Amino acid sequence: MSKSKPVLSSSIGKKLIMSLTGLFLCMFLIVHLIGNLQLFKDDAGLAFNKYAYFMTHFTPIKVVSYLLYASVIIHVIYAIVISLKNKAARPIGYASYDGSANSKWNSRNMGILGTVILVFLATHMSNFWWKYHNDQTPYIEYRTDLSTGVTTHQEIQAADFHDYSIVSENGVEIVKARDLYKQVDYAFKNVGLVALYVIAMAALAFHLIHGFQSAFQTVGFNHKRYIGLVQFIGVWVFGVIIPILFAAMPLYFYFR
Amino acid sequence: MSAHMNLTLKVWRQKNDKSKGQFVTVQANDIADDMSFLEMLDIVNDELTRKGEDPIYFDHDCREGICGMCSLVINGRPHGPKYGITTCQLHMRSFHDGQTIVIEPWRAAAFPVLKDLAVDRTSFDRIQQAGGYTNVNTGGAQDANNILIPKRIADEAFESATCIGCGACVAACKNASAMLFVSAKISQFALLPQGQTERYERAQAMVDQMDAEGFGNCTNTGACEAECPKGIKLTNIARMNREYLGAKLFREEDIHG
Amino acid sequence: MLDSKVPAGPLAQKWSKHKFEMKLVNPANKRKFTIIVVGTGLAGASAAASLAELGYNVKTFCYQDSPRRAHSIAAQGGINAAKDYQNDGDSVFRLFYDTIKGGDYRAREANVYRLAEVSTNIIDQCVAQGVPFAREYGGLLDNRSFGGAQVSRTFYARGQTGQQLLLGAYSALNRQIHKGKVKSYTRHEMLDLVKIDGQARGIVTRDLVTGKIESHEGHAVLLCTGGYGNVFFLSTNAMGCNVTAAWRAHKRGALFANPCYTQIHPTCIPVTGDHQSKLTLMSESLRNDGRVWVPRTVELAQKLQKGELKAVDIKEEDRDYFLERKYPSFGNLVPRDVASRNAKEAVDEGRGVGKTGVAVFLDFAEAIGRLGEDTVREKYGNLFDMYYQITDENPYKQPMRIYPAVHYTMGGVWVDYNLMTTVPGLYALGECNFSDHGANRLGASALMQGLSDGYFVIPYTVGDYLANLGSFAPVDKNHPAFEETRKEVETRINALLALNGTKTVDDLHKELGLIMWEYCGMARTAEGLTKAKGLIQNLKKEFWSNAKVLGENEELNMSLEKAGRVADFIELGELMVDDALNRRESCGGHFRLESQTEEGEALRIDEEFTYVSAWEFKGENQPEVLHKEELVFENVKLTQRSYK
Repeated sequence: MSKSKPVLSSSIGKKLIMSLTGLFLCMFLIVHLIGNLQLFKDDAGLAFNKYAYFMTHFTPIKVVSYLLYASVIIHVIYAIVISLKNKAARPIGYASYDGSANSKWNSRNMGILGTVILVFLATHMSNFWWKYHNDQTPYIEYRTDLSTGVTTHQEIQAADFHDYSIVSENGVEIVKARDLYKQVDYAFKNVGLVALYVIAMAALAFHLIHGFQSAFQTVGFNHKRYIGLVQFIGVWVFGVIIPILFAAMPLYFYFR
Repeated sequence: MSAHMNLTLKVWRQKNDKSKGQFVTVQANDIADDMSFLEMLDIVNDELTRKGEDPIYFDHDCREGICGMCSLVINGRPHGPKYGITTCQLHMRSFHDGQTIVIEPWRAAAFPVLKDLAVDRTSFDRIQQAGGYTNVNTGGAQDANNILIPKRIADEAFESATCIGCGACVAACKNASAMLFVSAKISQFALLPQGQTERYERAQAMVDQMDAEGFGNCTNTGACEAECPKGIKLTNIARMNREYLGAKLFREEDIHG
Repeated sequence: MLDSKVPAGPLAQKWSKHKFEMKLVNPANKRKFTIIVVGTGLAGASAAASLAELGYNVKTFCYQDSPRRAHSIAAQGGINAAKDYQNDGDSVFRLFYDTIKGGDYRAREANVYRLAEVSTNIIDQCVAQGVPFAREYGGLLDNRSFGGAQVSRTFYARGQTGQQLLLGAYSALNRQIHKGKVKSYTRHEMLDLVKIDGQARGIVTRDLVTGKIESHEGHAVLLCTGGYGNVFFLSTNAMGCNVTAAWRAHKRGALFANPCYTQIHPTCIPVTGDHQSKLTLMSESLRNDGRVWVPRTVELAQKLQKGELKAVDIKEEDRDYFLERKYPSFGNLVPRDVASRNAKEAVDEGRGVGKTGVAVFLDFAEAIGRLGEDTVREKYGNLFDMYYQITDENPYKQPMRIYPAVHYTMGGVWVDYNLMTTVPGLYALGECNFSDHGANRLGASALMQGLSDGYFVIPYTVGDYLANLGSFAPVDKNHPAFEETRKEVETRINALLALNGTKTVDDLHKELGLIMWEYCGMARTAEGLTKAKGLIQNLKKEFWSNAKVLGENEELNMSLEKAGRVADFIELGELMVDDALNRRESCGGHFRLESQTEEGEALRIDEEFTYVSAWEFKGENQPEVLHKEELVFENVKLTQRSYK
């Protein structure tokens, strides 16, 4: 048998890339969700803003975040490459094609779902990530009386302060931070944006209901003893719980 | 007992692999419901022939669901509206009087249309030639019972080996991927002790040839499994992925160029 | 003139002695020879692969789009081999004996013994290729008893044994194609044989896609083209199965042997109407549990036919389990020919069932009562499903309707012990030849013979022929014989394309089928056969004056393909009738009403007919000349079969 092709130029190699980047992004979703759940805390964003600082300044997390950006880009590029190849594999389509008889709608439309998610991602990043990293968010000061536990807060001007500090003096803890929480609150007053988020989370749900178990299938993990668990997690964790909780965030801010 | 029906067929007609095709509408009248779908086409062709018109060319041979020659997409479904059967086993009782039926060939770049509804599936043969065998010459085999194979493994290998190579998996797949077909053969040999010697070379050689033929990439929609007349399972594709990636990532040194 | 070339010596040593005595071709010289293999079923694929492994250059041809689609793929039941894995007293000699007896003593002893002898190697070979035969829990191969055999010697892979064996041979063939030792031509049909100085030196083919007529040269030509059951129009054969290659070879000098021996299989799904294109076989294993019956009276049968009564309405005492009644010891498991003939008798008496009245019941009610529906489903589920798919009737609730259908042809091109025809360098393997099944083939023996010929006989015997050629020179491609034969083929194609009458080729094929079924089917008489001869001769005239063939040569043209095949079937049909007329005895699948025992069973006339009829073509519209190969039985005693 002759020399074989390099793995990444093969069809299965490309699938492997899709699968691994996809699973990595799934893992990120869990972390992201757990952090963002702090938005629901009624503390004027103290915990959330602390968390946001930690996530952007702790070196190991920063490394992971670059991997994350790379994963998104690679996932998108390979999706395009594979889609183009698949298009070429059937130059003349069917006049009549009854896909619903043999497969689920979302499994056939991962590209469309993915595109919705990509549009969402761009919006999401420009609203929060970009503003946070480019110093376009307001600042806030929290004062917590350590003996009573009562916290008060007030907006501060960027001119007075830069970045982040945490000090304790006279039994009062003073936290100064970028107020991403406020940015969230502000952004989610926009009904159009809220709608986009809800739609995007629906797309994410359908993307992952197929994508999660599909990724396992691609790496060859399809064992009758465990496939049920994989499918359960794919549907309930990634298809239901995570998207609903994410979608709850804009709705929470919009309606509160 | 048997009901009769009149049908409108929209059939893909194409003179040869070089010409452009188009849909042509043909009437099929007085069709009994106990006819097979191909017998219905026989009747249509009989009428066309009597009128001196070129009959509709379609591939078929055994007409008992095992040779894998028949290959029609009927109303958007390979082998028609029922599951688990080939076109030749489809009977007209699955249709109703007055129905319009769209009949198309398998559509894939790797399956060029030869004429009307017949396509060239030699790409499948070339994939098999790349590695779908064990390297044993006639005559040197040991006694058959010297190889013990647990019944469970033998049965599973059979389930994979039962593929008839019709190509419905490719036709059904929105990506025109051949992975179900390729994985069935790789699985059969990966499961059996007789297939171990060339196990990893085989997976690489067959996947390479599959890619070279221009089939699409699997996106795990499961359409192939649903439409396969022999019930070949998606687990075969997972196994192929395992075999191939295992070979590539951990055993590349096994290939001799 | 007919020399079977059976080696002298004791039966059990003939083959090994012969293998030693045959000349060998030096490995370095094998690559100087090219062998043409026509047909890629079990015989063709196994022969092509084995010869290529030895070093010969091989070219294979098949009319299908892939070698894997040859009709061997449809064989359900299994493959016999004298392994005696079950310790139940099987042996090479017992398999030989059963096959000779099953063939009603009309097969050649030495060939049949060799078949039984190499049967064990076949299983080893197939398992090494990865054929997933059924296994027991301990991992050993499973066997079953098949077709009423007293021992369990049948290896099987569910109900798809033929498929798995063919895919095994196909994989071996693929390996050689990959290595460049075999060149495979698919969608090619052999239309003639090229002879130079009396030897087979090539073939002329038509590329079915482009219509191109091509000549291919080779030092030997192997016909592995299957049987001619489609002469009956309706049969269990694939739609494309045809006799053309064999018939063309016959017209070039290969004698055709025992054409009247056809096997009619009892358990097929009955014909439903004129539109029927083919018949579907239901595995013989169904008779292990199903009971065959018809109503006792014609009146009841008519009510069933009209739908006034249902099968379940017929009381037990009004049912005639005719096989159990007539053959108490074998019951429903009598051999195929006996079961078929009795079903025909019941139908001829007007006691047939179903809308058409041309069927008998195969009833599982008793088995379901005894074993439970689940057990029956486990054993026969796929067959029941297939039946339901085709008939829309649920066999768990009502009896199946079955009727015999043409299934296999024991006759074929005459070959000697080396499988060589009367044309030097031309061989015939598998169902295409006549050699191993006599007048009736046992269940699970067809696969065995195809693979035996291809894997284990032809690699030796072809070498002997090539070694004796005395030259390693390539066949002269420019020899005028190639051009002449090609021209003849073109002339014939043009003659077919010029036909512009009023009847379609299918019309004429159906007419031929009806004549053959009526007069040369399950029961034959001199009177009927004589009538059939006249009818066929008229049909031939009508074909060449009133058939309608459309299109042109340079395209995929099914009208033309069919026309060529049907023209040959018509000529073959006449020869079958001649052969059936000549054989005034009943034997195996050939039942002459004039030759019956007092109990109405087949009566052989050994003193007159213990020979192979081999027919020689003498020119268009000339009577064929009969040659006889006397059959000598040194190892078995001829007895009358009895299943009472």
